[in-house]
Amino acid sequence: MTASETGNALFIDYEFCTGCGACEMACRQEWDLRSDEWGIKVTTQFLNDGQSFNYVPIPTDLCNLCQPRLADGSLTEPSCVRHCLAKVMAFGSVEEMARKMIGKRRSVIWAPEPRPRRSPLAVGGHNAE
Amino acid sequence: MTQTQPRGETQIIPSTVWSGPGCHGGCGVNIHVRDGELIKIEGAKESDYNYGTLCPRTLSMREVIYHQDRLQYPLLRAGKRGSGQWRRASWDEAYDVIERNLREIRDEWGAESVVFVQGTGRDVGGWLALLAYNYGSPNWMQSLPGNSCYHPRLGAMKVTMGDYVQADLSQFLAGRYENPEWRVPECFVVWGQNPVSTCTDGLNGHWVVEAIKRGAKLVVIDPHYTWLASRAALWLQIRPGTDGALALGMLNVIINENLYDREFVEKWTHGFDQLKERVQQYPPSKVAEITWIPAEQIVEAARLVARSKPAAIHWGVPIDMAAEGLTVATAVSYLWCITGNVDNPGGMAIVRNAFDVIPYPMSQQAIEQLYGDAMPVEQRNKRIGRDEFPMVREFHWRCHPDLTVDAMLTDKPYPLRGSWIAGTNFLMGATDPRRWYEAFNRLKFNVVMDLFMTPTALALADVVLPAATFPEREGVRAWWAPLSIQQKAITVGECKSDNEVAFELSKRLNPGFKYQRYEDLMRFFLEPSGISLEELREKGWIMPPEGSATRPYRRYEKGLLRPDGQPGFNTPTGKIEFYSTTYERWGYDPLPSYTEPTFSPLSTPELAEQYPLILTTGARTISFFHSEFRQIKSMRCRDPYPFVDINPKTAEGLGIRDGDWVWIENHLGRVKYKARYAAIHPRVVNAAHSWWFPEKGADQAFGMWESNINLLIPGNLYSKTGMGGSQQKSLLCRVYKADEGIEGIFEPQGGA
Repeated sequence: MTASETGNALFIDYEFCTGCGACEMACRQEWDLRSDEWGIKVTTQFLNDGQSFNYVPIPTDLCNLCQPRLADGSLTEPSCVRHCLAKVMAFGSVEEMARKMIGKRRSVIWAPEPRPRRSPLAVGGHNAE
Repeated sequence: MTQTQPRGETQIIPSTVWSGPGCHGGCGVNIHVRDGELIKIEGAKESDYNYGTLCPRTLSMREVIYHQDRLQYPLLRAGKRGSGQWRRASWDEAYDVIERNLREIRDEWGAESVVFVQGTGRDVGGWLALLAYNYGSPNWMQSLPGNSCYHPRLGAMKVTMGDYVQADLSQFLAGRYENPEWRVPECFVVWGQNPVSTCTDGLNGHWVVEAIKRGAKLVVIDPHYTWLASRAALWLQIRPGTDGALALGMLNVIINENLYDREFVEKWTHGFDQLKERVQQYPPSKVAEITWIPAEQIVEAARLVARSKPAAIHWGVPIDMAAEGLTVATAVSYLWCITGNVDNPGGMAIVRNAFDVIPYPMSQQAIEQLYGDAMPVEQRNKRIGRDEFPMVREFHWRCHPDLTVDAMLTDKPYPLRGSWIAGTNFLMGATDPRRWYEAFNRLKFNVVMDLFMTPTALALADVVLPAATFPEREGVRAWWAPLSIQQKAITVGECKSDNEVAFELSKRLNPGFKYQRYEDLMRFFLEPSGISLEELREKGWIMPPEGSATRPYRRYEKGLLRPDGQPGFNTPTGKIEFYSTTYERWGYDPLPSYTEPTFSPLSTPELAEQYPLILTTGARTISFFHSEFRQIKSMRCRDPYPFVDINPKTAEGLGIRDGDWVWIENHLGRVKYKARYAAIHPRVVNAAHSWWFPEKGADQAFGMWESNINLLIPGNLYSKTGMGGSQQKSLLCRVYKADEGIEGIFEPQGGA
């Protein structure tokens, strides 16, 4: 299923992303990923002695936009969006997310292809070893 | 709390994140439990503290809780101390051993010869107080030289303002940033901290980001170019340890340029003229030389703070750790006092425990309120440091750490024989840790309670007790707001909470202990609030409502701060004291001044020739809480090595490439670190603190001395007031390439 079919995207206002990694860990907890796997990964930009200093989270192919998490309607946001400490992420239709970019200094929208990846949450997890 | 759920069904239990592991925050969470196992932890949107967000450490809690190395049952030492030989025991047996030893010591040497030692961030202080009181010892201690963490700041505020304040980022109001009573600070100063890497007392770091999104102009005071510095209107690259001079220089500008709040100063403060005279000694030109910050930036920062209405200042631990920590804290606090930013929206809000609920007493007065006169005065007066330090006598409720370690080594003022060590791994955190190692090894009986076998537990314990993590325990938090519940959602092995253990042993050690069940004590804590335990469990988190004396603003105008109900502040003069009558009575300088670090290019120029770099330590990373999380794979993949941050130009001059292993050395020794190029002052290097290597195993003492930066910091450095001055931020060193790394340590696979 492609983004054009689901019509959904992640918006990130990376002017205010602090690089804390809550999105990475929220995803890892939700999908029980190993410590060397990421559904979203924060990249660092540090250029010209820090005149440009940004963190930009980028979803990977392991991102399924939390479709199963949202399936029953009790939760409305992917895990990364819910937990983002700086509250710079949003989730919704591509059009709605694109509109959020207006007036922002640095922002991006991502529309990963949501594919089912792995069964959710085996207790204990790969990392409790 | 946990009711039996049908198999396979998920139960969601609201609770509050507050240790263990350590943390200063109070995030609301929904704990998802299925068949008795914790499935996940979701941030609770209903909590005004974190509105659904969570930090990566909390999101890794399943790794912590179910880690194979977690301590799960009591251990009794079965070989020599430090040998790592243990025998599993039941709680009954462990309690019997503890009770017998503690009673023997009390009978022969007096209860004061057992010290109850805590670290930071774990909800253990109140419980140690309960246990110490019921055992009869006045010696309850923080395991950091000079109490150099927050207590100097608290003490300074108590003395000169009569209350504590915290930068107001709407944390005391329901609905937070949208609450119409709150205002966005026009200027927000971050002084000596990187709040987005941490979650400090009463202020969650990312709240600052919300303020800058809403237009707050940021001033960052830091030798590092942090991400926040990149978003700041002004970044002051300070020389570590000189914060006191900067504060006095800014006061000089604000006073001499008549930028202070004249009406507030006239009506609500005492001693302005004396302060004005004192700050003449600190013109910006002189302060620029001391701090390495250009004079025009000092002036600009002072003007910005004074002209912004409101302005707020958030401060970090370098203030406490400066040579005269209490004095530096006093000077910085005058910046918000002189600009009238006191208990005002978006300024500095006075903080009190929500609804006056005090499960964690923060002063001697608070302990007495809680437990009455449980300890006879003559026993209380045996608290170590009481005679030497008025702060310990009149404000602080703990014994003095350095004098207590001295007492272990010298038997003066009296011999010490035992210790209870909980929520602290001080061999990784205290300065000159070998001295602490020797001192505690002279004690006859040591109990250590923690989540994992730590270097401190390994080296010193006779009994090791397994501590619960926060989803495994029941409690109440009211520090500061909201009033929050902690509910037990799961059980892991035989782990118990610090709360339960203190409660159960208090019953054993004090036949007159007046509570039957732990729940009775929780209900007693809640009494001042008028909120029942049932209501709190149902609602989870409750913010003090309008009209409550534990909610801002402008309580000094309303007579809500002083016991006599009069307007003003709870100080001897009823005003904020720029000329402190209390410091004067104690025989100290009643006005603030600057003291140079003990080891610095100015204080010890000959040493500085040999060791030309300033060594600063202890900058936080969000992956760890001090020495914790080193065995948590997700966190170690983020932060795999003990890094020393070094400016690339400095490093290149020394032939050091990014990622090289290096020695950091000074007159006290050397330790191994991995160099990391960073945007830091070329004359400053920053070494990560509290590094040990659980993967090296007990037989290699977890590599506790390999990268222990505190080996390079002298012990017994503390302020003349006893409060502050550990100077872990301002030492001297040199750095050079090492031939090899550290054997047998974790290497991340698949990219860190």
